[in-house]
Amino acid sequence: MSDGKVFMIFQDTADARPFIEALTQENPAATIIHQPGMIRFEAMGEIGITRAVVEELAGRDVDLQELHLTLISLSGNIDEDDDYFRITRH
Amino acid sequence: MTVKAIHGEYPVVMMDSVDRFHGNQLVYIGWDYHTSISTANAYPLPPDMPFAALTGAVLPSVLGPHPEFPLIEWDKVEWMLDGKLFHPNMGLSLKDNGIGHKSLIRFRTPGLKGYNNTGN
Amino acid sequence: MAKKLNMRKRYELLTRGLGWEPTYQSKEKVFSNESYEGIKITDWSKWEDPFRLTIDAYWKYQAEKDKKLYAVMDSFAQNNAHLNLADATYVNALKLFIQGVTPLEYQAHRGFARLARQFSGEGAQIACQMQSLDELRHTQTQIHTISHYNKHFNGMHDPFHMHDRVWYLSVPKSYFDDAKSAGPFEFITSVSFAFEYLLTNLLFVPFMSGAAFNGDMATVTFGFSAQSDESRHMTLGLELIKFLLEQHEDNIPIVQGWIDKHFWRAYRVLALVSAMQDYMLPESPMSWKEAWEIYFVENAGALFNDLARYGLRMPKYHEQATAEAEHLSHQVWGTLYNYAHAASMHFWLPDEKKMDWLSEKYPNTFDKYYRPRYEMWAQMAKEGKRFQNGGLPQLCQVCQVPMLFTEVSKDDPMQISYRSSEFNGEKFHTCSDGCKDIFDHEPEKYVHAWLPVHQIFQGNCGGAAIPDILNWYHFKPEDGGDYAGSADETRWKAMHGETTGAASSDTESAEEKAAA
Repeated sequence: MSDGKVFMIFQDTADARPFIEALTQENPAATIIHQPGMIRFEAMGEIGITRAVVEELAGRDVDLQELHLTLISLSGNIDEDDDYFRITRH
Repeated sequence: MTVKAIHGEYPVVMMDSVDRFHGNQLVYIGWDYHTSISTANAYPLPPDMPFAALTGAVLPSVLGPHPEFPLIEWDKVEWMLDGKLFHPNMGLSLKDNGIGHKSLIRFRTPGLKGYNNTGN
Repeated sequence: MAKKLNMRKRYELLTRGLGWEPTYQSKEKVFSNESYEGIKITDWSKWEDPFRLTIDAYWKYQAEKDKKLYAVMDSFAQNNAHLNLADATYVNALKLFIQGVTPLEYQAHRGFARLARQFSGEGAQIACQMQSLDELRHTQTQIHTISHYNKHFNGMHDPFHMHDRVWYLSVPKSYFDDAKSAGPFEFITSVSFAFEYLLTNLLFVPFMSGAAFNGDMATVTFGFSAQSDESRHMTLGLELIKFLLEQHEDNIPIVQGWIDKHFWRAYRVLALVSAMQDYMLPESPMSWKEAWEIYFVENAGALFNDLARYGLRMPKYHEQATAEAEHLSHQVWGTLYNYAHAASMHFWLPDEKKMDWLSEKYPNTFDKYYRPRYEMWAQMAKEGKRFQNGGLPQLCQVCQVPMLFTEVSKDDPMQISYRSSEFNGEKFHTCSDGCKDIFDHEPEKYVHAWLPVHQIFQGNCGGAAIPDILNWYHFKPEDGGDYAGSADETRWKAMHGETTGAASSDTESAEEKAAA
């Protein structure tokens, strides 16, 4: 894990809530910055979510690709599968 | 380096060649350290126009509103033509002063450094 | 029932094996654009889309995004929500957006359609096809959203016509023309990497957050909806760079040259965005300089650390762009103020509150250089001598921005930066080392620039007098000039039940009433 910064930015909406809460829960070292209309998560090296956590928070089955609906921006290399979504610096 | 093209040689069309300006040539004139005017301005001017017409008519028409413009002492102005110090002959034409198509003339006004000496 | 396929398998099945070997034409002829730039691809199957989005999922999510967006737009129109804006001066940012940015979305749509056709790798074809559709969606949703404002404010009636002709719009237009007239690999490096990955956050994220701050929920929604596609585009840009560098070492210097060039080209386009952000938003959540620090300095720094192992370095002159962040928006806004009489939007002098905010955000430069300028202009306006530039500006041959940039890096920030080159016996002027390098590398290309000022002098723009030119641009007389006293201002006041021509103190109390 490198010390490069990664970030994800989500819309501040109800649809994004399970993703935002999963990010908060699963990345305790991340900095969370609220700005008008959006929420920004920053961390050094890596940030990510797992499907099980998002599903638990949403109370339903979730396809992680639903994050396309509310993701505003990101920085880093994507590592994605059915069960997790991660952004890393090499 | 030449531009890479799918077919043959990349063509060259000189979009601003002097023959397209109806007998005029383009001249750019900028007043150093007066950035409230934002940029040097572009002027289409007859090559035979005397240099004195620049200071007497052309520049006042555009730069005149600047509060320092009326204070300029033209005999003390320092001129640059295309990056080199330059001493224009006021009676000679632009052409005979060595001012070509798309030449850049800059001038500095000793003692006048923009509004309240801020370069504006 | 068969077992559900996992994401990797699904992506592989839906994006591979779709091509075929041509038999009655050679592959080189079918994909005729693929090799002339000198890029070497040895194995297209190594291309991988990290988002693994397949076309079925793509349609599903895009339809969902549009449904949400149109619901917001409907309710925005139904509730006359434009009345909730912080101030009508804000609408001028939307004018610049619809004139300057929306036509670029359409250009991007066409550019990516070409790439989808010209790349021979199926994975890349599909990614480019999706992006081409995204860009068309952005064009349409922006037109739909802003059409609501067009009913109530001036200057938004003919953006595509304006984009092709207007002096300040030749800046964004020429950037895209430059990219589109290059080969497919240069185009995608320019648009997906230099523009979208490195810089697009600066356009969409702080600006749209600013729209939220100023009560424009419709624009926030289209902005963030577009930006959600942008995440995919940025990923495509990064993937492309890594793919090209892994394919062949000969690609490295070519790609580095394109990154240097298009970073600088795109950065110069964003000069307009800096003014939008610092001056056109009545309330700004973040200054241009802060946004530059976060979205370029930090972000690109981390990115290029990642890319160093492929042999790439930061784009040339990035330090200069960072140094200019202290000056950029003020210099651009000042130039726009000089030429307000030739614009299809309104400009104004910042009020005391805005100037205090700018002093706070730009402690090294604002009070020293730019506040005095506004004070001078305010004084002149008060005396009935509103300053305007009666001439036409010298333009940079490459970026086409009026040559307003100064020698910030040489510690001489009030001296205009002049660079020049000669080609074919003619002089060509550029605004910076970045633009000069671009010119000198391909002078044959940039001599073709359609420079609006020169075109006016050649007699190609409807006439010699300003009103004739503005008419040729399809501007209406009420579109430009100062905001104070404009038709927009009159209408905005009428919407809020204020009489026009009221003294400013009365106006304020009326606004307070409306707010209460």
